[in-house]
Amino acid sequence: MTPPPKVSIRGLSMRFPTDGSVIEVLSSIDLEVKDGELVCILGPSGCGKSTLLNIVGGFLKATSGAVLIDEQEVAGPDPRRIFVFQERGVFPWLTVEGNVGFGLFRLGAAERAERIAYYVKLVGLSGFENAYPQELSGGMKQRLEVARALAVNPDVLFLDEPFGALDSITRLVMRSELLRIRRAEKKTILFVTHDIDESVQLADRVVVMSTRPATIRRIVEIDMSHPRDLSSPRYIALRDLLLGEIGLAHKI
Amino acid sequence: MPTRSDVERVLLPLGTAALAIVAWSLAVRLTHTTVFPSPLKVAAGLRELAARGVLWRYTGDSLRRVATGYSLALVLGVPAGLALGWIPALASAFNPVIQMARPISPLAWMPLAILWFGVSEAAPDLLIFLGAFFPIVVASMNGVRSVPAMYLQAGRNFGLSTPRLLARVVFPAALPQILVGLRIALGIAWLVVVAAEMIAVDSGLGYLIIDSRNAGKRYDLVVAGMLLIGAIGLVLDVVARRLERLRSVRWGFQGETA
Repeated sequence: MTPPPKVSIRGLSMRFPTDGSVIEVLSSIDLEVKDGELVCILGPSGCGKSTLLNIVGGFLKATSGAVLIDEQEVAGPDPRRIFVFQERGVFPWLTVEGNVGFGLFRLGAAERAERIAYYVKLVGLSGFENAYPQELSGGMKQRLEVARALAVNPDVLFLDEPFGALDSITRLVMRSELLRIRRAEKKTILFVTHDIDESVQLADRVVVMSTRPATIRRIVEIDMSHPRDLSSPRYIALRDLLLGEIGLAHKI
Repeated sequence: MPTRSDVERVLLPLGTAALAIVAWSLAVRLTHTTVFPSPLKVAAGLRELAARGVLWRYTGDSLRRVATGYSLALVLGVPAGLALGWIPALASAFNPVIQMARPISPLAWMPLAILWFGVSEAAPDLLIFLGAFFPIVVASMNGVRSVPAMYLQAGRNFGLSTPRLLARVVFPAALPQILVGLRIALGIAWLVVVAAEMIAVDSGLGYLIIDSRNAGKRYDLVVAGMLLIGAIGLVLDVVARRLERLRSVRWGFQGETA
């Protein structure tokens, strides 16, 4: 018997009324994500993939269709499933410790302190416990936001182009950091990106979205073990496959 | 050796003040005026006020009135602004009234204040309250409205109830803007107290100025009072700006020079 899917998206559609007309953003999306799987949702900017993530996270209500997590319909945001934005989502009025401990208000002081210390170390921010976000680099702020999310021990993480604002070298470092953290903390991850390389480097499966109204064009399994060799023929073949699916010519 | 920034921060303003006093002194001497006092006469006037005991008493009276009216504006204005910023329907209902009341100079309320309270402490307190209340309300309201949606979404995601969200996300996120409003309101309160004291009461620095002019044309005391008001206003502003340097709000003042 196969275990039930962690996340199940069924016949999801989303239409936004704008003055006079109705814009269809998502059209009958069906997707199942296994427990512990890292799925990248890949599509061009403005295709509606962030909208999809916001619906799955419980921040938006779909026009039709349903999202089930652990076989329960998603009715709103839930601390068991944390949304990670670009690094601008950290709270600038709190220190690193304050941010990591933000969601731990239900715990006692001792357990709180223990969890904060653990996750500050896990994301490599030891020594910066009392620093404020404005004193950190972009990559450090992104780690901080990931630590804040992990600290409440969610079983699903939603990442919405989390590394989009970072420089290309920091972005590479952050991807391997995410994979390292994922080995330490088994989470189901939905990762929205418009970066083809990013999706091939991270994902177990890549869901390729079409332009608006977004439908699932194709789901590509990335059958490579970690660490992935970015110059191997398989990597390049998968990347070219995704480039073709996204509809970009090879010689731009 | 003093660094360049020391020179700019301390010596330049002191030099300018010294130059202004010299120019003032020369102007009085060259025009042979008998009405307008020289800096030395003003200094003597200040010593006289101190000796008569009114210097500290009047300063204390003015500061006490500002403290009363301003505290009331703070205690009522911040929660009112937070509520208006958080609940759009409340803002729709009250914003037109606020925007209409705001441009009315607090001094225009003077006849009504005297009608209601007579020549008493309550009249200047009311004017100071009115002068400080509206800037505090509007700054708090705008502060809440400009909290990035991302912070609210994150707060909700971690399971915060609405009161917790207000206390732990909305208020700290709006605090830099609220502090700016508080600083502006303090400046206004200090402007209003002087004017109110000229009319409604018989103590305080505003009363000192008008009384010195009316009773014997003592312009040395008039100028002494003006300088005192300026100096105290400067101190109040410096204190208010200090709050903006706290680490938990400094992020909201990026790119602003001290």
